[in-house]
Amino acid sequence: MKNDLLQRLVKARAEKRPVALVTDLGSGLQTLVHDDVDHGGFGLDDDAKAEVRRFLREDRSGIVEVGDSQLFIHSFNPPLRIIIVGAVHIAQALAPIASLAGYDVVVVDPRRAFATDDRFPGITMNGEWPDDALKELNIDSRTAVVTLTHDPKLDDPALHVALRSKAFYVGSLGSRKTHGKRVDRLREDGFTESEIGRIHAPVGLSIGAVSPAEIALSIMAQITHVLHRDPPDKAAAA
Amino acid sequence: MTYQNDIVEQAAALKAAGKRVALATVVSTWGSSPRPIGSQLVVDDTGAMQGSVSGGCIEGAVVHEAMKVMEDGEPRLLSFGVTDDQAWEVGLACGGKVQVYVEAVE
Repeated sequence: MKNDLLQRLVKARAEKRPVALVTDLGSGLQTLVHDDVDHGGFGLDDDAKAEVRRFLREDRSGIVEVGDSQLFIHSFNPPLRIIIVGAVHIAQALAPIASLAGYDVVVVDPRRAFATDDRFPGITMNGEWPDDALKELNIDSRTAVVTLTHDPKLDDPALHVALRSKAFYVGSLGSRKTHGKRVDRLREDGFTESEIGRIHAPVGLSIGAVSPAEIALSIMAQITHVLHRDPPDKAAAA
Repeated sequence: MTYQNDIVEQAAALKAAGKRVALATVVSTWGSSPRPIGSQLVVDDTGAMQGSVSGGCIEGAVVHEAMKVMEDGEPRLLSFGVTDDQAWEVGLACGGKVQVYVEAVE
């Protein structure tokens, strides 16, 4: 790979732009395909470009035969994202676990005592009220939302936005009793059963988790399960 | 070394640090190969590696080939699997097949 092509790939990833690197496995020639413009060592015809963009949309990589050539399409989509509402003890474990799993992490909490950089080193913090924060963060089908405050003042505004978004996963911390009250409030606020039914609660897979780190692990396991059971890009592309 | 997801960024950083660098990428798989298409390994001229193209079964052989690619600049398409002669030496213990494209960053 030419170093300048690698630099352009790194730049596109830093800008969170979807990009595919296409390699002719016979000649070694390579080109980058963005949604709109392309640069690189050889030209692809329109059909090939359409195929590359389809792979990108479906978040797939693989070899396609074009004429006599074997082209390897390597899709680089921006990372999946997790929005954690509540800069609580569980969030301190969930943020690094999600980061390890390759997610971009944002922790939302307007309470300054919780949302400190000391408690969340290297994590993006958002101090807005959760509904404003979530609207601003523009939730797409590659985003998971987890509420951890179990305080209706903070969790409910977040759920109001998340339940009508394209988020591939919505989870809320709280016992069955807490969740029952939450469901009642959401009904009163006009949410439908199918919207309310999107909430994973009690949050996380049932693995007997007790400590904050164990609960974080059970949440990340559940997000992973939902992600691979119903891949967001395939659902969106269908 | 910490766990890395960002192999192309690692490759760019190693290159910027003046090292010779090769990238290995899984381009096709059959059966139960442990890492999906698109998985990458970056190797520098000291043989140090980050990332993976299998569950540790073929990385040694890939690093060996990567050193040759850094020498002569010629990309190589490697095949590993139970039906290959190589399989007996460095094949996938789990019985899958995998093709790995190895290229130098120039």
